[in-house]
Parts: sequence; C-alpha cells; structure tokens
Amino acid sequence: MDAVEKKEAIKGGEFLIRESEAGEIFIPEEFSEEQKMMAQATQDFIDHEVTPVIERLEKGEYELGEHLLKKAGELGLLGISIPEAYGGLGMNFNTSLLIADILGSAGSFSTTYGAHTGIGTLPILYYGTEEQKQKYLPKLASGEWVGCYCLTEPDAGSDANSGKSRAVLSEDGKHYILNGQKMWISNAGYADCLIVFAKIDDDARLSAFILERTWDGITMNDEEIKLGIKGSSTRQVFFNDVKVPVENLLSARENGFKIAVNILNIGRIKLGAGGIGGMKEVIDLSTQYAIDRKQFGISISKFGAIKHKLATMAIKTFATESLNYRAGQNIDDKIAALIADGMEENEAKLKGIAQFAIECSISKVHGSEVLSYCVDEGVQVYGGMGFSEDAPMARAFRDARITRIYEGTNEINRMLMIDMLLKRAMKGELDLMGPAMAVQKELTSIPDFSNQEDNELFAAEKKVLNNLKKAGLMVAGAAAQKLMEKLSHEQEILMNLADILIEIYAAESTILRAEKLIQLKGEEASQRQVDMAKIYLHDAVSIVQNAGKEAIYAFAEGDEMRVMLMGLKRFTKIDPMNLKEARRRVADHLIENKGYAF
Amino acid sequence: MKILVCITHVPDTTSKISFTENNTKFDISGVQFIIGPYDDYALARAVELKETHSASVTVLNVGGAETEPTIRKALAIGADEAIRINAEPTDSFFVAKQIADVAKDGGYDLILMGRESIDFNGGQVHGMVGELLDLPSVSPVMQLDIEGNTAKISREIEGGKESLEIGLPFVAGCQEPIAEWKIPNMRGIMSARTKPLNVIEPSDNEKKTALESFELPAEKNAVKMVDPDNVSELVDLLKNEAKVI
Ligand SMILES: Cc1cc2nc3c(=O)[nH]c(=O)nc-3n(C[C@H](O)[C@H](O)[C@H](O)COP(=O)(O)OP(=O)(O)OC[C@H]3O[C@@H](n4cnc5c(N)ncnc54)[C@H](O)[C@@H]3O)c2cc1C
Repeated sequence: MDAVEKKEAIKGGEFLIRESEAGEIFIPEEFSEEQKMMAQATQDFIDHEVTPVIERLEKGEYELGEHLLKKAGELGLLGISIPEAYGGLGMNFNTSLLIADILGSAGSFSTTYGAHTGIGTLPILYYGTEEQKQKYLPKLASGEWVGCYCLTEPDAGSDANSGKSRAVLSEDGKHYILNGQKMWISNAGYADCLIVFAKIDDDARLSAFILERTWDGITMNDEEIKLGIKGSSTRQVFFNDVKVPVENLLSARENGFKIAVNILNIGRIKLGAGGIGGMKEVIDLSTQYAIDRKQFGISISKFGAIKHKLATMAIKTFATESLNYRAGQNIDDKIAALIADGMEENEAKLKGIAQFAIECSISKVHGSEVLSYCVDEGVQVYGGMGFSEDAPMARAFRDARITRIYEGTNEINRMLMIDMLLKRAMKGELDLMGPAMAVQKELTSIPDFSNQEDNELFAAEKKVLNNLKKAGLMVAGAAAQKLMEKLSHEQEILMNLADILIEIYAAESTILRAEKLIQLKGEEASQRQVDMAKIYLHDAVSIVQNAGKEAIYAFAEGDEMRVMLMGLKRFTKIDPMNLKEARRRVADHLIENKGYAF
Repeated sequence: MKILVCITHVPDTTSKISFTENNTKFDISGVQFIIGPYDDYALARAVELKETHSASVTVLNVGGAETEPTIRKALAIGADEAIRINAEPTDSFFVAKQIADVAKDGGYDLILMGRESIDFNGGQVHGMVGELLDLPSVSPVMQLDIEGNTAKISREIEGGKESLEIGLPFVAGCQEPIAEWKIPNMRGIMSARTKPLNVIEPSDNEKKTALESFELPAEKNAVKMVDPDNVSELVDLLKNEAKVI
C-alpha cells in the first residue's frame, strides 16, 4: 500500500523539479522470467517468420505483411494490451513496450504491427461501446481482421484537426454519409476495419467512426512508393457516400480529436520503445562487421574512431532503453493507483498515459533520433558496404527515417512537450514557478564553492543532474516570463527548451538505472553500465549548455543575459573524466560480446 | 497416451564459451540457456500428438534450480506437467539412470528426447534409458506416427532412409523434421506458471566418468576469398600459404 501511494505521487513532467531515486524507477533488468520468455518468443517469431521473408516483403509482396500479422495473432502478439474478455492477454503497459521494443528490429513489419495493435485497435478498446468492443476486438486480437487508422489527409497532416472529410446524418437518422480522402494510411492495403476521423456537418472538431472495408464507397489508390519501410502497405483511401451506421460512431460527436491525441500518446512511447530493437540490431551487425573487416592488416574494430562509434551507439541506446521503461512503469503505477481509487479501468489507462504525455513525447523524439544516429553510424562502420543493398545497413538506414515523421513529427512533439509543461505549471498542476524562482535567487547569490566530499554513490553525477534541472528551469522560466504568449511563436527557443528537457530526462534515467543495477548486481558486474551512464551525462551537459546558450542569446540582452550566461556556466559544470578511455571500455565490451550485451 | 519428454538445458548456440577453475568449470556468466534444439523437436512432436491423440505430456529435466526457466518454457510450449530431478547432469549414465528410475513406474507409452544434447553431444542417453528399462530405443527418429499401439518411424541411415514399425512403449532420440518447431504463444507462457513442476531428489549418485579438463578448439584463421575465375590463385594459396597440397 505504501509503495503504491508513494509511486502515485509521481506526476508527469515532475522529474524536472524533483530529485528521483534509483529505487523508484523500473529498469529492464527487472523484467520477470515470464516477460523475458515473451520477449524471447517475439524474437523467435522475427527470426523464424519475418526475417526469412523480409526480402520478398520489401520487394512488394505486401500481402505477406497481412500473413505475418495472422501468425503474430496465433502467438498472441496482437492481444498483449487487450483484456482477456475480448480475446487478448491483458498484460500491463510496460510489457507492451517490451514487445514493441523487440519487434522494432522487424523492419517494415514493425510499422504493420504498430499500426494494427496501436492506432488501429486501441481507439475501439478505449472508446468503444460494449457492443463495438465485442464485435471488433476479438477479431483484431486474433489477427482475423486487420486494423488501420485514417487521420491524415492531403491538406491535414500535422494540423490534423483541419481535415475536410465530412459526415452527414441521413434523413432517416440511421446512417452517417461519409465523404473524404485520407492519405498515408498504414495497413490500408489489407485492413478490414478502419478508424476514420471526419467532422460531422460543420463541427469545429473531429469525430471518429469505425468502418468496415466491405462497405460500399471505400476505394484506394495504389501503394505509395516510399523511401523506407517499403514492405509496409501505405495507401490513400477515399470515401464516397459511405453509409456508416450511427452505432459505428466512436465515442461522442466531436470527441475525435481527443481520441486521436490520446491514442497518439500511446503510439509515441511505443515508437520510442520500438526504436530499441532496431538500434540493438544495428549495433550487433556493426560490431560483427567491424570485427570481421580488416584494413591496414587489422580488424577495423581495433581503430579508435570505430570504437568511438560503436560505443556511442550503445550508450545512446542504453539511455533510450532506460527512459522508456522508467516512463512505462510510471504509467503502469499511475493506472494501478487510479484503479485502486475506484476509477473504471479504461478511463484509468487513458488518464495514466495522459499524465505522462510529456514523457511519451520525449520517448518518441529520443528514440527516433537515437535510431537515426545508430543507422547513420552503422552505415559508416560498413563503409562502402553500408551503401550497398547487398548488406543490411542500407535498408536499416531507410527504414529508420520515417520514425521522425509519423505519430507527430519530432518538431510537433518538441513543441508539445514544452507546451504541456508550461500549461501544467499555469494550471497549478506542476509547481515550476517555485523552483524557478529559487534558481533566480540563487543566480544573484554567492555561488556555493564548498566542495563537500560526498562519498555517496553517484553523488557528483546527481549534483550535475540537479544543476541541469536548474539550468532548464532558469532558461524556461525566463523565456516564459519574458516572451509570455509570444513564446509559442518563437519555435527556435521551444526547440532549445525541448532539447534541454529531453536530455535531462534521458541522463537522469540512465544514471538512476546504473545506480539501481549496482544495487541489484554489485559494482563489479555493472562497471560498463556505469561508464555508459557517466558518458551520457557528459554528452547531455554539452547539449544543455549549447541549447541554453542559444535560447538565452535569443531572448535576453545586457546584464540579464550576462547573469544568465554565468548561471548557465555554473549549472553545466561537470568534473572532467577520460571519455575516450571510457568509450573504449564500452566498445571493447561490445566487441568481446559481439554485440549489445548490457 | 502418456508421453515423457526429456529435455536438456544447454547454452544457446551463439554463446561465448569459456572456462574457469583451471579449465575444469564452464563459465556460465552471460550465457543464455535454451532447451536443447533436438529436445525441442521431440517436445514439439509430443505437443502435436497431444492434439491428435489426446496425449498427456510430461517433461523431465535433470538439473539444478537454475534450469527451471527452461523447464517452464517447455510447459509454455504445451507440456502439461514437469519433473525436475534435482542434480547436476554429470554424465550420460547418471542422467539415463535418473530418467529410467522415474520412467519405470510412470506407465509412459513413449519416451522422447533429442538425438543428442548440444553441450556434450554424447548421444547416449536414449540408448541407455532403453537398456535400463528393457525397452527398444531408436535414433535418430525423423518421423513418428502413432497408430493404435504401434509407431511408424523413419530415420536416416548411412546412405539412405529406413522405415520401421515398433510397438509401444519405446524410447526415441529425435531430430528435425519430426515436427514443426514451436514458438510458445503468449497464452501458453502465461499458463506455464500454473502447471505443476515437481522437484524430486536423485535416486543415487553413481557416475561412470569423471571430468579432467576442458579445452577450446584452436582459433579459426581468417578466411580468404578467392574469385571463382581465379583457380590458379587458389592453387597457389593452397600450395604455398596453407601448404596442404
Ligand atoms: C509511411 C507513413 C505512414 C503513415 N501512417 C499513417 C497512418 O497510418 N495514419 C495516419 O493518419 N497518418 C499516417 N501517416 C501520416 C503522418 O502522420 C504525417 O505524415 C505526419 O503527421 C506529418 O504530416 P504531413 O506529412 O502532412 O507533414 P506536414 O504537417 O506538412 O509537415 C511538414 C513539415 O512541417 C513541420 N511543421 C508542420 N506544422 C508545424 C508547426 N506548427 N510548427 C513547426 N513545424 C511544423 C513538420 O514538422 C514537418 O517538418 C503516415 C505517414 C507516412 C509517411
């Protein structure tokens, strides 16, 4: 009971103003035997079912995607989040992240899977009536039916609410007559069940509908020719006077935008987690290639420049992993706490996830950008072979690119996370003002030079983290105060603030994971993880420093600017360490284990 | 029909193999363990027979508590219950004796296992179990069908294939393609923890062999690729560099 209450106290975004402890966060090393077995079974599914056909899938045999979904359904992989009453397994949120993580290495199929189990299924699960759930969920959980999600239109992408699709009630009041055009619809080629967003009459906001592929008036364009994830089906979908029974309206009229936003929150963190499988695959391949490839008479894995790449890929991946499962557990704990308070299960799930919407956006941006980093350096490690379609890196490179675009572009997500943070502060849900004022006071007081020797584990790193939070609060607080409503038009500054926020969350999650690992396995067994956490923190400090400087230059001047720059310098101080040697140790661990084995 | 499937708990084929304590102990740190791949096929066939012949499947493993995740995976794949004989599987005879002691009163119609383990690759246990129980044993069984009280088996032999019929009960050392390899499904994984896993102590400790030390094979040299059009280069390399012709 105690534990639940304590965990319940954690709010989304609160990490910025609160010192978290290692004991509070969940780390992937804590997954149970059962969860690990599920992860292994998922990996076996990829190795035995997906990998053998991936070439054909890439070459345009789209129907293989549908076939693989059915196989995944047989294994239960499509029902992870669906309650048992509707043919699923009813597993918790973090387990669904773990499965998404593993499936992240399945190339195009990863999108097929994500679109089906996430945006294609969850709107019905969370917003459907009992009849809608009974009718559609068991089919979606088994893979008998494939789902898709039709929000984007040719003229409505990031600005999703501006769509032109329209629904009008028929004269007899039994149907909505739906007209419109959707674009970039994943799984469209074989979807049986379509979640479609459209406005009813001249409503200001979207409504959502459940459509079935066999209904008259639904047509599609050919498959889009894409840069990457070529094996996933993506089409335009047209609706011409489609008669949608009124009982297929999902949730209430004009509730569609809310549905879209809440479902995207889930999609975002799943996409972040989904990057991990891809990253590890790329690291494993690059490490093996570097070991085998000889130039100047030795294995290129012996070159420092290559070690630097391998190590950095692994360090960033370790950070993505740390922050995702931390956030995932926070969501699970919040859901459990809300249910314990008597809230209905579905509502508790949505509220629990919405509470951590900031972390979901962080996960999406961090995961997609680390994946991009890994595939880019993966190509580099492969040299010319990285550029060849005969080796696996070219496809990994192309496939990764979409993750920065869909489920809300990274720009949109960066803006969202700051917007949400400030709104929560304004509504009094998060006390940013108090700590921000305290930082301002500290700025004009004499700095604390006392260098107390603190022998507590990670004491120095935690001080750095605290200071980074102060830097973030200082810059964000001053920017908000100074620019007020204008801040939302100064997107460059918002991007800077987002970078600061992301790095603080990632670095803290990584340090806390290393600390918890030591508690679990001892120092000896956790040395490389400690190296990784410390290096990540150093890199995060540089990013915060640069982003902070750019922001301050942009909105402050004169004495105010000078004081803030001094503050920034003070708050981004970190003791030197031999990063080169630490990276080498990480790289050597990769090389010795022929891949990511942390 | 009652089927006993004996499984080994062995390092994954991609594991890094190293030894400690003066090369007398296998270093398990960082090693991932799996169901022996041949045993996995035996289990898969048993699970298929469960569906077609309403058989009940018991898995058995001789091993310490650390093998339980592997045993539970077998339960997740479809076995109904499990027995763990709480002892280190030191040599083939010891393991065979333990299996035979459990099986002799179990009334099993079939005793299946892999043709060999992939750690020590002894390939002897099925034969020994057969002898100890005075039952016929066959290996490597690549096809197994049951009709009433007889089994139709096919196996590969030197230069050909042998088909035979054999009465139940008997012992079989199996290998692919005896069954379709199975990935445990999520529901199976969740139900595995509710299935019985009985731990029993070994019947005796008699061993026929003692281990002296392990040795790793010599490291493989790098491979040189020679263009197929360039036979003379190949000949030259074989003659002057590899010095094998
Ligand atoms: C392969 C693929 C699969 C997809 N699957 C689906 C699916 O299944 N269902 C679905 O509904 N959609 C899907 N999408 C659509 C996807 O979600 C959109 O492409 C995405 O939201 C961006 O919209 P857009 O393409 O119209 O780009 P735009 O919105 O035109 O954006 C162009 C650029 O402008 C930036 N930008 C836009 N608005 C702002 C702003 N306010 N401030 C600053 N910068 C801004 C963006 O960040 C981007 O860099 C998919 C897309 C692809 C490519």
